[in-house]
Amino acid sequence: MEYFVQQLINGVTLGSIYGLIAIGYTMVYGIVGMINFAHGDIFMVGAFVSLIAITALGLTASTGLGLTIIALILVLIFAMLIASVYGWTVERIAYRPLRGSFRLAPLITAIGMSIVLQNYVQIAQGARVKPLQPIIQDGYTIMRRVDEQGEFVVQISNMQIFIILLTTALMVTFSMIIAKTPLGRAQRACEQDRKMAALSGINVDRTISLTFVMGAALAAVAGLMFLLYYGVIDFFIGFVAGVKAFTAAVLGGIGSLPGAMLGGLVIGLIETFWSAYFSIEYKDVAAFAMLALVLIFLPQGLLGKPEVEKV
Amino acid sequence: MSAHPLLAVSEVETFYGRIQALRGVSLDVHQGEIVTLIGANGAGKSTLMMTICGSPQARSGRVLYDGQDITTFPTHQIMHMGIAQSPEGRRIFGRMTVMENLMIGASVADQKFFDEDLERAFALFPRLKDRRDQRGGTLSGGEQQMLAIARALMARPRLLLLDEPSLGLAPLVVKQIFGAIGELNRADGLTVFLVEQNAYHALKLAHRGYVMVNGQITMSGTGTELLARDEIRAAYLEGGAH
Repeated sequence: MEYFVQQLINGVTLGSIYGLIAIGYTMVYGIVGMINFAHGDIFMVGAFVSLIAITALGLTASTGLGLTIIALILVLIFAMLIASVYGWTVERIAYRPLRGSFRLAPLITAIGMSIVLQNYVQIAQGARVKPLQPIIQDGYTIMRRVDEQGEFVVQISNMQIFIILLTTALMVTFSMIIAKTPLGRAQRACEQDRKMAALSGINVDRTISLTFVMGAALAAVAGLMFLLYYGVIDFFIGFVAGVKAFTAAVLGGIGSLPGAMLGGLVIGLIETFWSAYFSIEYKDVAAFAMLALVLIFLPQGLLGKPEVEKV
Repeated sequence: MSAHPLLAVSEVETFYGRIQALRGVSLDVHQGEIVTLIGANGAGKSTLMMTICGSPQARSGRVLYDGQDITTFPTHQIMHMGIAQSPEGRRIFGRMTVMENLMIGASVADQKFFDEDLERAFALFPRLKDRRDQRGGTLSGGEQQMLAIARALMARPRLLLLDEPSLGLAPLVVKQIFGAIGELNRADGLTVFLVEQNAYHALKLAHRGYVMVNGQITMSGTGTELLARDEIRAAYLEGGAH
């Protein structure tokens, strides 16, 4: 039981990170109907920018609590800004010129951009893994069991609390933006009928750019979380995390914002529980097997909208 | 009537790929007028509507709006200049509520007029008020048509482009919609450019009309003049278009 609870906490934490990345995939797919395969690498760039900012600010575990919070907010904003610039640029140079081209064209440039970003970071930052000393430490013990096998403690770390709370806050904020603001309405309008959106005076290109920017900003947050949580990053983390988040987006129903979050949680939980109870080597197999099953039996995903619509 | 027409289309040619849809179309719409363009299916009427809005852009010729050349302006910019269109096929945002559709329409207008414009739209089409929180995709065809017109009106246009507002609607609803258009023109001085297959109603309503055949204007005149002409009656009115 205690073991289960601990894995649940770990799974939700991991799922939060996947979910944040998955939102970028799902929003971009919703509005332009393409899979932005460079999105995972934007997440990686976000992690690197965070690492650079943390190092530049000299943030360590011994920094006082107040200063740590302020510094982390600064790092977060900085990483979101830089990643947004990357996201915007990728859209501008690799996807927009191909709009109206055949469907596979932007998919291929997306893979190209992914390779470009990976290699750029590899050259600029080196190929070795970059470690970071833990900054947010300690946590709370929520369960404790002592028996003949020894003591087992269920802990939720401050880091996990930080990740789960920040993810929840961002999810609520972004859902509100999509549901209530003019920008969100414009995004949904472009998603449903780009021509009519333009006929309503919506600048479609700008709306699409802003969608990439929003996705990139969330990926940067995930990048910072990943960096703080695991404490090591390298130029290749975007690939695996990106594929997992993409799986999450498809699982939840691509195009659906709550679906992306739910899919992220499910993938995070499957991966964690599989590692905990079966074999850690096969955790990716479990996650992707889930994708295959969903595609076969529930192609529109858990919360996806049905294809047919009254016209 | 002002010195220059509100909308002046001159020698416009539009292509879809290699297929030419408009072959040198010229027409004028003056401030305060209702002008209709009638013609058979595939004559190029909707293409002209979309060309005025810059999607697709004319390959040659010019579109002047209020004296300004807008031929190569991007669509969203044209819509910010006081032109609104209720397009062919209605193009309601089906997964948005009626209110959200109207809000999208109002996005080019000054937000301080929103409540007032909403009142006007609901006064014109009371059905929409009952359905305000319903998704656009669940409305009936007639309600969707009303919503498309109301959405265009929310933009507070100087020039309203209506593409086949009567298509597929029951005669009573057609009457209601044409009544609403006439009222907007009389009461608010709204300039309307109306594309129709329903020639009888359109010509009765309009001050002037043009006839389009195969991407060219073949006839023009006042509504009553065109209604009286034999070739119009033969081509567009016989077979009971009431």
